[in-house]
Amino acid sequence: MAAQETSQSATFRHAFGNVLSFTVLLLIGVMAFSIRLFSVIKYESVIHEFDPYFNYRVTQFLTKSGVYDFWNWFDDRTWYPLGRVIGGTVYPGLTLTAGTLWRILNSINIPLSVETVCVFTAPVFSAFASWATYLLTKEIKGAGAGLTAAALLAMVPSYISRSVAGSYDNEAVAIFALIFTFYLYIKTLNTGSLFYATLNAIAYFYMVCSWGGYTFIINLIPMHVLLCIVTGRYSPRLYIAYAPLVVLGTLLAALVPVVGFNAVMTSEHFASFLVFIIIHVVALVYYIKGILTPQMFKVAVTLVVSVGMVLCVAVLAVLIALVASSPTKGWSGRSLSLLDPTYASKYIPIIASVSEHQPPTWPSYFMDINVLAFLVPAGIIACFLPLSDASSFAVLYIVTSVYFSGVMVRLMLVLAPAACIMSGIALSEAFDVLTRSIKFHLVGTTQNPQDNARDATKVNQNDVKSEKSEDTVKERPSRKSKKKDKENIEKPSLVSRVEKRLLVLPLETSVMAVFLLVLLGAFYVVHCVWAAAEAYSAPSIVLTSRSHDGLHVFDDFREAYAWLSHNTEVDDKVSKSKRSDSFALKTPTDVSGISFIASTHYPLILFEVLNLAVLGLVQRNKLIGLLAAAILVQVASWWDYGYQTTAMANRTVIVDNNTWNNTHIATVGTAMSSPEKAAWDIFNSLDVKYVLVVFGGLVGYPSDDINKFLWMVRIGGGVFPHIKEPDYLRDGQYRIDSQATPTMLNSLMYKLSYFRFVETDGRGYDRVRNTEIGKKHFKLTHFEEVFTTHHWMVRIYKLKSPKNRIRGKTKRSKSKSGTSTSSKRSTRKKNPWQ
Amino acid sequence: MAAPKVAFLLLNLISILPLLVSSFSPDRPTDRRILVVLDDLSLKSSHSLFFSSLKSRGFDLDFKLADDPAIAVKRYGQYMYDGLILLSPSTERFGGSLDVEGVLDFVDSGHDLIVSADANASDLIRNIAAECGVDFDEDPSAVIVDHSSYAVSETEGDHTLIAADDFIQSDVILGNKKIEATVLFKGIGHSLNPANSMVLKALSASPSSYSTNPSSKLSSQPPSLYGTAISLVSVVQARNAARIMISGSLDMFSNRLFRAGVQKSGSLNKYEKSGNEQFITELSKWIFHERGHLKAVNLRHNKVGESEEPSMYRINDDLEFSVEIFEWSGSSWVPHVSKDVQVQFYMMSPYVLKTLSTNGKGLYHTSFKVPDVYGVFQFKVEYQKLGYTSLSLSKQIPVRPFKHNEYERFITTAFPYYGASFSMMAGFFIFSGVYLYNK
Repeated sequence: MAAQETSQSATFRHAFGNVLSFTVLLLIGVMAFSIRLFSVIKYESVIHEFDPYFNYRVTQFLTKSGVYDFWNWFDDRTWYPLGRVIGGTVYPGLTLTAGTLWRILNSINIPLSVETVCVFTAPVFSAFASWATYLLTKEIKGAGAGLTAAALLAMVPSYISRSVAGSYDNEAVAIFALIFTFYLYIKTLNTGSLFYATLNAIAYFYMVCSWGGYTFIINLIPMHVLLCIVTGRYSPRLYIAYAPLVVLGTLLAALVPVVGFNAVMTSEHFASFLVFIIIHVVALVYYIKGILTPQMFKVAVTLVVSVGMVLCVAVLAVLIALVASSPTKGWSGRSLSLLDPTYASKYIPIIASVSEHQPPTWPSYFMDINVLAFLVPAGIIACFLPLSDASSFAVLYIVTSVYFSGVMVRLMLVLAPAACIMSGIALSEAFDVLTRSIKFHLVGTTQNPQDNARDATKVNQNDVKSEKSEDTVKERPSRKSKKKDKENIEKPSLVSRVEKRLLVLPLETSVMAVFLLVLLGAFYVVHCVWAAAEAYSAPSIVLTSRSHDGLHVFDDFREAYAWLSHNTEVDDKVSKSKRSDSFALKTPTDVSGISFIASTHYPLILFEVLNLAVLGLVQRNKLIGLLAAAILVQVASWWDYGYQTTAMANRTVIVDNNTWNNTHIATVGTAMSSPEKAAWDIFNSLDVKYVLVVFGGLVGYPSDDINKFLWMVRIGGGVFPHIKEPDYLRDGQYRIDSQATPTMLNSLMYKLSYFRFVETDGRGYDRVRNTEIGKKHFKLTHFEEVFTTHHWMVRIYKLKSPKNRIRGKTKRSKSKSGTSTSSKRSTRKKNPWQ
Repeated sequence: MAAPKVAFLLLNLISILPLLVSSFSPDRPTDRRILVVLDDLSLKSSHSLFFSSLKSRGFDLDFKLADDPAIAVKRYGQYMYDGLILLSPSTERFGGSLDVEGVLDFVDSGHDLIVSADANASDLIRNIAAECGVDFDEDPSAVIVDHSSYAVSETEGDHTLIAADDFIQSDVILGNKKIEATVLFKGIGHSLNPANSMVLKALSASPSSYSTNPSSKLSSQPPSLYGTAISLVSVVQARNAARIMISGSLDMFSNRLFRAGVQKSGSLNKYEKSGNEQFITELSKWIFHERGHLKAVNLRHNKVGESEEPSMYRINDDLEFSVEIFEWSGSSWVPHVSKDVQVQFYMMSPYVLKTLSTNGKGLYHTSFKVPDVYGVFQFKVEYQKLGYTSLSLSKQIPVRPFKHNEYERFITTAFPYYGASFSMMAGFFIFSGVYLYNK
């Protein structure tokens, strides 16, 4: 837009403004990167959480084996015994991005480890995301709003929670891709350039590669197109922005293995095709209207409408019939739970059990977007003054994302950029008005308004923005109202300036308001830094707690994993045979060298792993990760540990975070809910050798397996109806004290958690549930305890092998002293009435 | 030359047969030392036929009195004996460190045991038997009485010497040669838990027998044990292949009954010699693993046309599977020939179940197509037959799906679609040219 300024001084001022905004953008990028480094500075440079660990493992494989092997990768270590086709079931965007970064860095002789690249991918991409926000907001409301929005996004807590250094998850790159796709869409819409349309399709492809949230794009953009058509804003630019995106985007999306034919076969994508048809009809109508006389046009309209209606109804009927014939009505469970928030908790416990999929609470809005929540309405109002294609898109974006975030906590992440854009617009507009008012009062009314505005730019940085936004504002309406020529720009802009001059506020009010707004921004910054430093940076490797006698560190998870890695068999028979083949020719010294490497490597791997709570089963080499923790935003579901354990201990897992097989998870849930014998049978049939439970009762660690147990019961009961939730509840209450139901007290979960617990304090007081346990003294017949960590947070049990002999029915007589007593006893037994 | 070969064989066995090698010297399951615990040294002469038959088969017998303070089966954590014969029914306590737990640990570490109870058997013997799944009659003075199939003898009215001929139907346990003569038995009976699949009745009582104290009067209530539920001699094969024989009669091992002629009441056949010697000898052969001990080695699989064992199969691959099974004959490993060895290709449930064909030299083989399902499969051979040690082998092998470039590149039925897309491309090209340059 700078190019549109004509006067010479303006050109100079603009050059200055450009340099200034470039510097500001650079600083915003630096800030976005550095605010996310708290986790590295306070803790260490490690991968966080669960899914990131899986992504890291996949990236390692990618860097070692290359793209084609990655694409074809069949992983036999997870989901024993089903295995998982990683290449076909994973969104490859993040992995490919980090792999490419690593390759580039290595090729220019910067030898970073894969892990380092993975750790810092998210911060780097959040800098990109804030720049993309600048571009998008600039397209909507001008550079001032863009800079403000970029600054806000750089530190919005919601986004920080998913992109701190080490949080190597899909969202890390997907948010950037999301914003950038929107930017290119708006850019195409504003310019009508086919070049940007193509870029848009490619950006959309990157988004599809990165995150399942791409369906948000492919529904939001059609909604916006429809909105434009309905409000009479159809233009060839709209057509160019939309039609290539659908065609190219769908083709490209189908190339991603995990999406494949879903891109044309699931309901999530139908909206785009419907709107694609509509926009063609509309385009045709406009074209015909252009070449026909009004009378002819009327005739044609009646003809086409009557025929078209019939066709549409027929097509619609076919579509509805097709969709209705599929059991889930063509919608996947996750999407259905978006539309009907109660759907998942009603029908799919496996989705509902993930606390990310729960509706958020009000405090979480304040925690995650803070003051932006108050600025968003102002931003929406600003978007209507005046309403352009771009600003209507922004409004639509914020409205839908607010709805979705209200359904699922996880989608707060989608809301955050929208809120930043809106708040950026609001703040920028407010500063614009206020500083102009101040300027007006200080300089006096003699000068013409244009100079007024110009002088204001020098006052402070905010004014740069305000000026820019002003430019945009005046530019947009001209475009919308008159699509054909750009010559009349000056006229409406003058009009708008005259209007603006009327919005002058009293000096005191303006100064006060500016002060308050700055204060508001300061609070936001303080909150964001606090959130980044305290709330979202813990890698949860070790748990810490502060008490009056200092800091306590709970390192039980690493302790347990170390035990596992040293005391359980590492490899399958298959891998063993492979290994012996490859080492067959080596001398003993070589072998010791290898074991040395292994021993130095293991702790390394172990220490990279972070754990919250584990309930897992290790078999020969198979570890099941199971758990359902619910901690604010960072959420683990009870299969979450699978990812870590595979990556960390190199052991096969039975289930992991990828929830593609409900039955398999339900089997494990059923085992945990069953009595010992039944559980042993289930585990034995899965070749399980070790069972891990996480138990917080001793130290008061709340996200342990007993607290997640009901989800296991629900998920298990969903597939195996003999597990009934009411059996585990006493009068609808979940309890483990003496009032607990016998089913609960006999379940494997209870027994493994509380085995020998009474020995700790003599009465078995559970500090999480704040109650004495119901059943204190019992023995395990089919499991044996092999390891319990220092704070009892992880307990590892081994499945006993079946008994060598089966006993007879005769009671063992204790006394060996003489025949007389025992014979007496046995006669007594035989004839008790004598 | 031979040493590495043996070592290789050993390695194979260790990797494949953890179940078996935990208890036996894999090469030679027999030829071992046996501890014989006696109540009274006179048994050594009164049962000498039994002992000499063992000695003649190469066993090294070590006789100890039950109250010998030096009695022990274990020293420095090593077992000194490979088998234990307890002919001490009245012993309340062993002399040395040996006790019930010691005997059971001896069995659980894979060693064999012969226990003989008798009338007035001690709690010690009863406890050992009960731990193995055999419940003797709780009345200590009860013996088996049978008024219809007793052995005809001089003393009229003594029906406690029973002529039993209801043997277990297994050539593996009792040898190929049919036992013609009836077996003389005098002692107490026991019952087995029907749910216990590991314990077998080697010699059952007749339907008319019952267990009672012969000196007391019959009470109105029925005896606790009667009919065919009574087992006279039982054998157990534990999961670790340790074998146990439990008999209710000490006399049946004695020279007197070995040599005694027998005539079953109501039967005209009179045998010069009872079946005891044959029965006991054959049974002890089985107990000491001279028969019915299998080993499986060289479990192999490969793709058809290749010899290397792959680390992973692809769905719909054709593969060959083979395993070698040998039986210990008492002195050497001979090929085991059977038509019912099966292999499963197993992932939570068997996807393929094939009966292996054998070449008569111990090699069992088959070939099949990997199912159209990917996952981590196992080759499983579960061979459990009456009398034989159970073979339970499994070998894990992942099966992967097609790689993306292993699918057919062009499908015949899709040619119309190829035609459509290429003609579309050509048409678009021509259209563009015409539209752009034909103003």
